[in-house]
Amino acid sequence: MPAPAARATNPAPERTSTPSASPEARDVIFGVEDINVFYGEHKAIRNVTLDLRFNDITALIGPSGCGKSTFIRCLNRMNDLIPSARVEGKIVYHGEDLYASDIDPVQVRKRIGMVFQKPNPFPKSIYDNIAFGPRVMGMKGDMDEIVENALKRGALWDEVKDRLKTNAFGMSGGQQQRLCIARALATEPDVLLMDEPCSALDPISTGRIEDLMVELKQDYSIVIVTHNMQQAARVSDMTAFFTVELHDEGRSRTGAVVEYGVTDKIFTNPDDKRTEDYVTGKFG
Amino acid sequence: MTGAQIAARAAKHVVIPKASGKDRAFAAFFQALMYGAIGLSMLALATLLYDVARDGAPRISWDFLTSFPSRIIPANSGIQSAIYGTLWLMVICAVIVVPLGIATAIYLEEYADRTKWWNRLVEVNIQNLAAVPSVVYGILGLAFIVRGPVSLGRTLLAGGITLSLLVLPVVIIVAREAIRAVPPSIREGSLALGATQWQTIWKQVLPGSIAGIATGVILALSRAIGETAPLLVIGAAVNPRFNPDGLGSAFTALPIQIFAWTQDPNREFVELAAAAILVMMVVLLLMNSVAIFLRNRYEQKW
Amino acid sequence: MGHRTSMVRRPSGRSRFEGAVKGILFGAAAVSVLTTIAIVFSLLNETLSFFGDVPIGDFLFGTKWTPQFAADQQSFGVLPLVWGTLYLTGIGLIVAIPVGILSGMYLSEFAPRRVRKVIKPILEVLAGVPTIVFGYFALTFFTPEVLKNGLGLDVNQFNALSAGIVLGILVVPTIATLVEDAMSSVPQSLREGSAGLGANRVQTAVRVVFPAALSGVVAALVLGASRAIGETVIILIAGGQQANLSLNPYESYQSMAAFIAATARGDIPTGSIKYETIFVVGMTLFVFTLILNMVSIRLVRKYRQVYE
Repeated sequence: MPAPAARATNPAPERTSTPSASPEARDVIFGVEDINVFYGEHKAIRNVTLDLRFNDITALIGPSGCGKSTFIRCLNRMNDLIPSARVEGKIVYHGEDLYASDIDPVQVRKRIGMVFQKPNPFPKSIYDNIAFGPRVMGMKGDMDEIVENALKRGALWDEVKDRLKTNAFGMSGGQQQRLCIARALATEPDVLLMDEPCSALDPISTGRIEDLMVELKQDYSIVIVTHNMQQAARVSDMTAFFTVELHDEGRSRTGAVVEYGVTDKIFTNPDDKRTEDYVTGKFG
Repeated sequence: MTGAQIAARAAKHVVIPKASGKDRAFAAFFQALMYGAIGLSMLALATLLYDVARDGAPRISWDFLTSFPSRIIPANSGIQSAIYGTLWLMVICAVIVVPLGIATAIYLEEYADRTKWWNRLVEVNIQNLAAVPSVVYGILGLAFIVRGPVSLGRTLLAGGITLSLLVLPVVIIVAREAIRAVPPSIREGSLALGATQWQTIWKQVLPGSIAGIATGVILALSRAIGETAPLLVIGAAVNPRFNPDGLGSAFTALPIQIFAWTQDPNREFVELAAAAILVMMVVLLLMNSVAIFLRNRYEQKW
Repeated sequence: MGHRTSMVRRPSGRSRFEGAVKGILFGAAAVSVLTTIAIVFSLLNETLSFFGDVPIGDFLFGTKWTPQFAADQQSFGVLPLVWGTLYLTGIGLIVAIPVGILSGMYLSEFAPRRVRKVIKPILEVLAGVPTIVFGYFALTFFTPEVLKNGLGLDVNQFNALSAGIVLGILVVPTIATLVEDAMSSVPQSLREGSAGLGANRVQTAVRVVFPAALSGVVAALVLGASRAIGETVIILIAGGQQANLSLNPYESYQSMAAFIAATARGDIPTGSIKYETIFVVGMTLFVFTLILNMVSIRLVRKYRQVYE
């Protein structure tokens, strides 16, 4: 294999996260088997097969339009909200196929949390934002305690504990995103899906959220879509590199996974030349 | 947490829980409520149309359209004077609101400096006028135009002016939206070529918004001719056995004739009212169809 | 050299023309201001005359409205008219608010596109039906066939129940379209966030979208109320011409607007007390709707602020 050439210009950033060592911790949480997603006639992503593991932070990287967001939204059946979307294949979560015909997507989303690119707090108080998920789920327990725990896990408690009843819109962008993370955690999922959670935030807020992700990794499995390669290299354990394939003389584009492996390897010694070109900045 | 602990925690909540019966029941109940609400509206409209058609259809005839109303003999009564009155009113209204409404809209959209308080006042004022009850416009017509300073008497012109004032705010609002829909780039392009502001408006903005304005005007006029209260208050004639012969003439209109007939204890006159309603609805349907046709055919999609 | 002179600004026919154009257009805009001034002036003028003859306390707090009686037995307490207006509007809103909100919510959050394409035009047709047709319907169908024969109620020929309910039907499209607008303006990201937390569609619509659109919804209700308060013909035809201060929906009631239309018939002598009653009641009505409209505008502005 030819030694990667211009790699030295972008030395791999210092890692802040280490992959969990113990075998049980690295059991498979999502067994993705040959997923294809269609929007109407157009095939958006093809033949994705990979295993996402417990307590990993898995990063999905790749150029724009290569289907990373489409794929992550398969994991909690958010694509069901788009009328023309169709998902073929199997995703096994804790032994159950998420796309089996008797599975209710609404119930799926109670077990799997999601954070979006642009923070989307509800125009309610901080307290009511956090309490929304548990209330909808009918969670039993002291709501004050549930809210406090969620805010603590989301590293937001100290900043807002005196103003829980104020409107969430009064917070800064970074705080709002941490609120959305805490909100997702309040329903006690074991997976957190994050679709470019920092792309609308400033570098300092981004750093705080990255630190938060590393903390959360101990208890949750995290899948993150990111455009920021340095971020992926810093925090993730496993990385999947998506690319876009052109068909039909460039008229149709389909996303596909090029390479999936340990982050270190992807960034320093990838198997596929396309991966190497992307991570060294030659394109994308 | 080890994998075993996570698995234990996952088992504590059933992996993918079945939906709670309570949630499902409420969702189904709520959907039923919504269907019920929509169904009720549809039912109301259907019943209304059925009632009018059932009562009025037998009474429609060429004689009905061409006779004058009679106070005594239903069989000889017709709506000729009412039709003429309505048509005259529509024309007078159009002549007044089209230039005034468009001119006001142009002023507000193209010339007015929104930071100046008087321009903001004009805007708020128009919004308020749009929501003033129609009967108050009738009072204005009576006190100001029929009597008072203008003193036109209970004439067609007075009726037309009153209705014009009633629908003018609507025309202004619609015209403003149509003008606003023209993108700024069009104006900038014209100005950059050395055209003056008015030239830009006359040659670029107005032609681009005329379809929207026309649609809005037609809809406003169809509202005007359906109005009863203002004409009642300014004293439209009841059961006139003549057509209006000029702007200074006494007049009636379809809504007034309908109203007069519903007040009559004789059941046959009430049926005539239904027939007149049918004629009026046909006129309105025609006008709305023309408006929709214009909008679909000529609307500029920017 | 020639270039500069051709660019120098100079009073020209062209620029005078442009100035004149602006002046003419401003004049057109001024017509709307003049209209309001004329309305207020006409109302105020006769209202003040009226209060020269009738003490304002008697008017505002009196409970008998009998201008049709002989001069020494007349009473000019406006409360029965105000009460009639509010009572009929209340009955109408009991119908229009739930039907309007549910319809608006359905159109915004649940209706598939094909269904929307059918229902919206039907609502627009309902909105375009002239009020006199509703009046006719109330008098000749709703009262005899629905209330008397259908439900067996012992209602008067002219009664509040019929006028009120039909008034509500009139107002439903107004409320439904405004509620639909308000709810559709809520950003999609909120619905996604709610779905991501495991809420089903009804929960999202009721617990997230509706509260987020609340001030827009309230503005819709206020506008609907204002429309009902100002409505004349339905009540004139089907509600009766009797000012009434009781609580019985089977009886006749008269609203402020209906009184004005019933009394003013073009041949009322200017300056008579009856003439003046038209204006003082008109003034009361005008003030009511003005307040409601200002509230509604303020609510819409507050709503827009949150999302823009």
